[in-house]
Amino acid sequence: MSDLALRESLVYALPRGARYVVAAALLLVAMAVSLAIGAVPLSLHDVMRALLGTSEDARQAAVIWQLRLPRTLMAGLVGAGLGLAGAMTQGLFRNPIADPGLIGASAGAAVVTAALIVFGGMLLPPGWLPYALPLGAFAGSVAVIAIVSRIAMVEARTSVALLLLAGIALNAIAMAGTGFLVYLSDDRQMRDITFWTLGSVGGATWIKVWALAPCVIVPLLLSPWFGRALDALNLGEREAAHLGFRVERVKRAACLAFALAVGGAVSVSGIIGFVGLVVPHLVRLTFGAQHRVLLPLAALGGATLLILADIVARTIVAPAELPIGLITSFVGGPFFIALLLRRRREIAT
Amino acid sequence: MMRLENIALERRGRRIIEGVSLPVAPGQILAIVGPNGAGKSTLLAAMSADLSPSAGMIRLDNRDLHRWAPLDLARRRAVMPQAARLGFSLPVQGVVALGRSPFERSHTRAENAAAVARALRAADVTHLVNRSYETLSGGEQQRVQLARAIAQLDIEDGKAQPILLLDEPTANLDLAHQHAVLRLARNLTERGVAVVAILHDLGLAFTYGDLVLVLHEGRAVAHGDPHDVLTPELMGRVFAVDGTIVAGHLIVRGPIAA
Repeated sequence: MSDLALRESLVYALPRGARYVVAAALLLVAMAVSLAIGAVPLSLHDVMRALLGTSEDARQAAVIWQLRLPRTLMAGLVGAGLGLAGAMTQGLFRNPIADPGLIGASAGAAVVTAALIVFGGMLLPPGWLPYALPLGAFAGSVAVIAIVSRIAMVEARTSVALLLLAGIALNAIAMAGTGFLVYLSDDRQMRDITFWTLGSVGGATWIKVWALAPCVIVPLLLSPWFGRALDALNLGEREAAHLGFRVERVKRAACLAFALAVGGAVSVSGIIGFVGLVVPHLVRLTFGAQHRVLLPLAALGGATLLILADIVARTIVAPAELPIGLITSFVGGPFFIALLLRRRREIAT
Repeated sequence: MMRLENIALERRGRRIIEGVSLPVAPGQILAIVGPNGAGKSTLLAAMSADLSPSAGMIRLDNRDLHRWAPLDLARRRAVMPQAARLGFSLPVQGVVALGRSPFERSHTRAENAAAVARALRAADVTHLVNRSYETLSGGEQQRVQLARAIAQLDIEDGKAQPILLLDEPTANLDLAHQHAVLRLARNLTERGVAVVAILHDLGLAFTYGDLVLVLHEGRAVAHGDPHDVLTPELMGRVFAVDGTIVAGHLIVRGPIAA
């Protein structure tokens, strides 16, 4: 354990600002690669010129501005939202195996999104749908979180086993609901829903980017405040109250914030699993478990990871594309099993 | 100054504490003793504002404890829990630093760091600062929690008269550290802190308590100077032990033969 102690002391010796610089630099590299790679390979020089509007090649500019930039930004925002939501869920339930997908929050968002895809055209004025989707998904995920956390609460403590079991049940219900909506849908809607339940950022548009941005940025701006409270919650709910935090208020606000991030992400990109589980875990391993540092870094890390995953998704079987959700699950599933094996004893009790 | 006024407490519909009145004065150690199930932890939870009394009132500076803003209350009283597991591993330094969170805005970073360093020294855990909390022994964890509670006490100018609530602070400690913790509590009382400690060891309560409160089946059966309270008669009646005071020391010989 002494090497653990040593590593922790080294990490804490690193100035806080340096961690953000490292994380932001990684994100910029991933974005640059994502803009350069694709069916039309561009050099970084071409990318820069297209971004600055000094490109002579109209086709290159169109590729960047119409396709790759919205797609990269959307992948980044979705990843940031999922990473942040994962870190907040885990902090809130004081458990590193909680994840918005596992507790059903993503599925709750998915069922409402599917309903809006099928019925939204009839119910809403034209043009409202892209903005209604994140809000509806937010409502769906809030509803699921409220139900799941109520079921899992035993004598003012959250039972992780109950939390995950309730998550399984609600996941099943929401999936059945989504399946039923697929059954009701017409051909075009069905393609939309199916594509999107596998998880993809392929349908990125500027409208989706604008609709998603506030869902991720608002919780991110609140993260210093949440970070302080979640750090105190790490000691226990009673202990956090003794330190002067209004625990119930914090919990409610944190649920709303991460539901917003999850809802926004799911509504544009479908269910992309395990990002919320893997990213905070990696950040904790490298930078320690303090939430005021963890939350922003999990957002940056999630953005980087999902942009990289998207690069893989669209190059590995080019010219076709894999759904990005498949890739994150292929990586995240085994990661989750490894995590379970390491923490078997704690979880079983 | 905290005052309990004829309070009753219930948990899940069951009455745990009945009619307890008591002042908690700055500069004193109040030892709460009693057999298992007497309601000691419940009473301490009420003093921490975790529970509200179903009857009566707890006042701090003449104001109902439940009307204090959580942050103001956190600047006045610290609680050391019996056992605490972290959700995520932190180095000891990080755990103790959390004790300063109520003062993050009111004090400078340097002042808070100095308070943390003092608390680490006081609880004798300075050598553990970079260790991960979850790798520590039960006794070490307890001392880290004590350090965190001490870091939360506002004792710099000696005006705040903070309250320190300790739930069985000696439970997992070796003998030397049991005495060290209570000696530390005594030092804190010299700086105006009011200490309330649940203790199981009557000898420690006798030696370190300025006042002793004996709880039995939810009622305060005795309250006062340990010499007057811990009589052989009371120890027999409440604790079913044969104990006496010999030359200023409390001796418990063992359980009373049935």
